[in-house]
Amino acid sequence: MLKTFRIGGIHPKENKFSAGSAIQPIAIPDQVIIPLSQHIGAPCQPVVKKGDKVKAGTLIGKSVGFVSANIHSPVSGTVLKIDKALDASGYKRDAVIIKVEGDEWEPSVDRSQTLVSECTLTPKEILDKIAAAGIVGMGGATFPTHVKLTPPPGTRAEVLIINGVECEPYLTSDHQLMMEKTDEIMVGITIVMKALNVQKAIIGIENNKRDAIDLFTQKATAFPGITVQALKVHYPQGGEKQLIDALTGRQVPSGALPISVGTVVQNVGSTFAVYEAVQKNKPLVERVVTVTGKDVKQPCNILSRIGIPLSNLIDVAGGVPESTGKVISGGPMMGKALASIDIPVTKGTSGILIVPTLEAKRKAMKDCIRCGKCVDVCPMGLNPTLLMNLTEYEVWDRAEKNSITDCIECGSCSYTCPADRPLLDYIRLGKGKVMGIIRARKN
Amino acid sequence: MENKLIVSPSPHVHSGDTIQKNMYAVLIALIPAFLVALYLFRLDALIITALAVLFCVGFEFLIVKYILKKEPTILDGSAIITGVLLAFNVPTGLPVWILALGSLFAIGVVKLTFGGLGNNIFNPAIAGRIFLLISFPAQMTTWAAPEAALSATDAVSSATVLDTLKFAPETMPSLMNMFMGTEPGSLGEMSVAALLLGLIYLLWKRVITWHIPVSILATVALFTGVLFLIHPVPLYNPLIHLFSGGLMLGAIFMATDYVTSPLTKKGMLIYGSAIGFITVAIRLWGAYPEGVSFAILLMNAFTPLINNYTTPKRFGEVVKHG
Repeated sequence: MLKTFRIGGIHPKENKFSAGSAIQPIAIPDQVIIPLSQHIGAPCQPVVKKGDKVKAGTLIGKSVGFVSANIHSPVSGTVLKIDKALDASGYKRDAVIIKVEGDEWEPSVDRSQTLVSECTLTPKEILDKIAAAGIVGMGGATFPTHVKLTPPPGTRAEVLIINGVECEPYLTSDHQLMMEKTDEIMVGITIVMKALNVQKAIIGIENNKRDAIDLFTQKATAFPGITVQALKVHYPQGGEKQLIDALTGRQVPSGALPISVGTVVQNVGSTFAVYEAVQKNKPLVERVVTVTGKDVKQPCNILSRIGIPLSNLIDVAGGVPESTGKVISGGPMMGKALASIDIPVTKGTSGILIVPTLEAKRKAMKDCIRCGKCVDVCPMGLNPTLLMNLTEYEVWDRAEKNSITDCIECGSCSYTCPADRPLLDYIRLGKGKVMGIIRARKN
Repeated sequence: MENKLIVSPSPHVHSGDTIQKNMYAVLIALIPAFLVALYLFRLDALIITALAVLFCVGFEFLIVKYILKKEPTILDGSAIITGVLLAFNVPTGLPVWILALGSLFAIGVVKLTFGGLGNNIFNPAIAGRIFLLISFPAQMTTWAAPEAALSATDAVSSATVLDTLKFAPETMPSLMNMFMGTEPGSLGEMSVAALLLGLIYLLWKRVITWHIPVSILATVALFTGVLFLIHPVPLYNPLIHLFSGGLMLGAIFMATDYVTSPLTKKGMLIYGSAIGFITVAIRLWGAYPEGVSFAILLMNAFTPLINNYTTPKRFGEVVKHG
């Protein structure tokens, strides 16, 4: 039986062109740019200065504040400068720029492919290693993993949920990682279970990845407490609240965290990173990136060091197509359109999607015909057309009452609207405004 | 190419759904009923429908272009639907100038004065029909018997099933004739079977959901059913009420008009049930034999209120712990 979440949702064309394409390496360029803010939360403090020699795995940015994650050098070489550099946000922000020399790693890092299954560390030691390695949610939200795995006092996790949904169209980096690093991910799951002190883990995978479902189901027989659940292909199933609903039937209340219903959600990519950090002492300095698009010559999955310019990855996939109108970091539903392809790969870069000009332009918006399709598809049970109007007319109290802050920005409303109304643009704006008002009220 | 990259917020893909697609799907769903009308009323059906569409589209074009001085919007298909539905709601043989007046009222007053598609409070075709019914009661209730059309003699005026019931509640009409469409009536309300085909198409294409039509029909069936159990005469027979007059046409094509019906499922059920209830009340106790149009028009007025008081089922409200 395929499970899924209960409210709303859409099924955009999957277009997983790069599915089944083996993860391939990419040459390290002469110079890399390592942004000091690759996660949600406070940017890192640089701990290196111009002229310092670094190795791959050397700490270069130290997390400051509770929600933050360390940053390590992905290459060996010399720090050229610490300067402002453009990143996916479209702003110039602090980054460490390193001149690459050879490929020497910190001696503590175990770079062999041997599987290390045993883990004798205590939960505290595991969490410390995860924090030290700078692991963040690699599905795109980039929330620091060690924070997520530390339930607030008074709460307790019962079930660990492993997110192998990859519901964004086009993207296949998680899928390919699951196919190639199955054993490592399974060990990673046992480590996270240990850190959280839970006996039960569910791996949720959408049914368009039958091979991964079969592979994990077979592997899971050797791991008591870990089960695999096939899910109906249904966007935005990779959203935490939706995935928890689909797998456990529990619904996280408005404004609450998954832990409020006894669950913690981890992406498969992050789980693999946990394995590497805990068992191999390897910090998060590389990740799998899907490079894809309708006119991309060789859609592929690349294992890229952090800091390599996106243009280098696009070259591996056959270069920038003539038709290019838009380049997106991430998937088509929630990804960010980029102003430049010279920005570096970061911890949250799950994919590079190249959209032809014809599809990149939005159509002119028409008047709302009140068809209610946006209401039907909203996975949070909101009324998008109302929220857009309330934002347009700045009626913030009613926007708050109509739960605008519950919006997960999945884009299902804008995707569906037959009048091409930019519902999410407005709601995002209104949500930010209302959150500001709520914060101001609390202070 | 660096400067040419388009930057816009997510989402970056669209379903491809358009207003036109939905409007044309409604027109396709109206084809079976139109074919039945064509068979029963021959050329009259074609003339009335073509003229009503021409009037509606023409008035919209002229008003938008020359009075409002905006880009004409006739290609969105909504004026065509208004024309077809207006034609479907009048008897064949209605004088052309009355039809033109009805179209002008529907498009000019009900639709465009409120700001055009999406902003009108009342369904233009329904309001147009009621305008005509009140202004020209004689012409609007002179029904051509379809049998006459079939036997190629001149159309004679004859009573609809609801007229008969109202004034002779013991007469039992043929349910089969009503289902297939050979009892007298307006163009588009003849055949229940053809209208149901349209409903199936609209549901299949996901243009509408079941909530409005089913809640209207179920309320009518339930309400008259209870009365029928107490007093079993044809006047209260639920099947007669389901199959007669404009109920099917109204429930499937008029009450489901996006613009003038509620947004939420809960709201749709309230709206549909109220339409069913008012329809039966007018049919049984009102001055008019038929009440679907009035019921829909009245509930159109309540739609903003219903939207205000019904919220979709919020995530997290359903179950907190499974």
